[in-house]
Amino acid sequence: MSEAASRLRRLTAFFSQGFLLLATALSLVAVLLIIAYIARDAIPFFKLRGLKELFSSTAWFPSGQPPEFGALAIFIGSGLVTLGSILVAVPLGIAAAIALSDILPYRVRQLVKPVIEILAALPSVAYGFFALVIFAPLLQNRGGSLLSMAAWLIALPLGLLIIFVISEMAVRSVREDVAKAARLILAAALTAILVRGLLALSAVLNKVAIGSGTNALNVSIILGIMALPTIVSVAEDSLQAAGRELREGSYALGATRAETLFKVIIPAAGSGIIAAVILGVMRAVGETMVVWMASGNAAQIPTPWFNFLSPVRTLTATIAGDMGEADQVLGSGRYHVLFALALCLLLTSFAANLASEWILRRQQRRLGGLK
Amino acid sequence: MKILSAILTLAFLAGGLGFAADSSKIVADGSTTVGPIAKAFAEFYMKQNPGVNITVSESGSGNGAKSLVNKSCDVATMSRLLKLNEYEAAVHSEILPVVHVVALDGIAMIVHPSNPVAKLSMAQVKDIYLGKIRNWSQLGGPNAPIVIISRDTNSGTYETFEGKVMKGEKIAKNCEYVGSNGAIRQRVQSTTSALGYVGIGFLDSTVKALPIDNVIPSAETVKNGSYPIARPLYMVTNDYPKMGSHLYRYINLYLSKKGQTMIEEIGFIPVTSY
Repeated sequence: MSEAASRLRRLTAFFSQGFLLLATALSLVAVLLIIAYIARDAIPFFKLRGLKELFSSTAWFPSGQPPEFGALAIFIGSGLVTLGSILVAVPLGIAAAIALSDILPYRVRQLVKPVIEILAALPSVAYGFFALVIFAPLLQNRGGSLLSMAAWLIALPLGLLIIFVISEMAVRSVREDVAKAARLILAAALTAILVRGLLALSAVLNKVAIGSGTNALNVSIILGIMALPTIVSVAEDSLQAAGRELREGSYALGATRAETLFKVIIPAAGSGIIAAVILGVMRAVGETMVVWMASGNAAQIPTPWFNFLSPVRTLTATIAGDMGEADQVLGSGRYHVLFALALCLLLTSFAANLASEWILRRQQRRLGGLK
Repeated sequence: MKILSAILTLAFLAGGLGFAADSSKIVADGSTTVGPIAKAFAEFYMKQNPGVNITVSESGSGNGAKSLVNKSCDVATMSRLLKLNEYEAAVHSEILPVVHVVALDGIAMIVHPSNPVAKLSMAQVKDIYLGKIRNWSQLGGPNAPIVIISRDTNSGTYETFEGKVMKGEKIAKNCEYVGSNGAIRQRVQSTTSALGYVGIGFLDSTVKALPIDNVIPSAETVKNGSYPIARPLYMVTNDYPKMGSHLYRYINLYLSKKGQTMIEEIGFIPVTSY
């Protein structure tokens, strides 16, 4: 190769690298600018009203005379809705990912995964409309029976699985000829207890009347469904990435499918699963339209705090809902408080991202030999 | 950062000048209550005058005022008057807000059609929204907690309600907030124990409007001043529109017989009576 051609190549490489660096830096700069601008408009609020009121009072009357900016109930509302969506999305999402990657036959997987991913493509206002117009009235009219049905659907399969495992473990040390009978009797007894318990529970739940269908439960379920595709998709990818060799190695050592799954594959894919969960949860935390339409937006702390049947108000909905009237021209407290809330939201997601990064690193170090 | 904001300001100004010069384009923004009137007028006016382009947005009275001050709209549709500080901001931006009263509106208290409660007093409405009355049984209804629903604090309807009914006192914390008149009606028609409020224009057979202090919310009672929760609806322009301009003719539709019919069709009460 001639001298000139090689110099040209070096030059091209230099510029293309520079360009790529610039493109990467751009997103970094965008993030920093967003934080800077939000902080710039949030700081006047803290100067004006201090820290204490925002984080300790529950009186949220931004338009009152004089205004009150107690956002404690709003923070708790956001937390409650996030907790609810985690409870819905995480078990379902991880179970679905495991089923897709290791249990269902290939052809079913090819069919099911795109369908789950369609959920991610639906615009959030469509979810909000569903939550407000269909799900909320349903909760009001049939809330009790829906709750008891849900209890049966969740507890019965889960309970039976646990009973099966317990009775299997319990008879391990028993002589073989009585083991079969003992296992049967134990399982039958436990099932009877489970069914009795569920009957009692559903009798209680059936009597529950939900006054307002636009509440934390409603949005938790909807947000959970919205977070599902992210969790399923990312978790399934990382389960797949654990590789065929690992699975075959485990089987070759005599492990059963359950043992392979729980002791080899899931630990190996753990970091990916955690990343999936955090990605999904962040989608739920940041979602605005659904909570604005269907959470009720009542700035109150539910009594007791975990009462999912109570309307709640979240940070995102407050920012969206109060923005229009907040006076930007005059820079009132009502305007700056929304930036203070946005800053809190931003810092939370920042912390969550850092935490996930930390967990990922630790996991990788622990599994250093595996990777 | 300074350079960036300077560029943004320039771009903004250029945009503002761009449509100010183009008089065949009218932009209206503001109240969701007045929005339907502005939209009906726009539809009618554009049919009569092809080549004129009128866009109507509904983002709340406060946003309308803000847009007028920012020079990003020609007509601010508002369900309340400009506040003193909004006037002040307008004057600082060399805007002279001129207010046109285009129609009257009453706010009706609505409940589910199955609710046996037949009437309320102003004091009762206030006590319910203060959280002092919490159960329909206290009002002669069934034993069910009242689900109180309000418009979001961003709306002119809310401000009128706050001013006329709450008189500055604070709404109970368990009150639910909803983003539009239509959404309140939807919530009330699907919730048996709900109480909400909407503009009279949004009343229909799916909800029951309660008489307040024995006065039925209707066009007549609002016009003669006997219905207590009522207000004028405004369109605000920067200066009085130039006589004969598209903006002038668009705004003044409310004075015409056709405009009056349109206002009635939407469910508001015209200020003129031919």
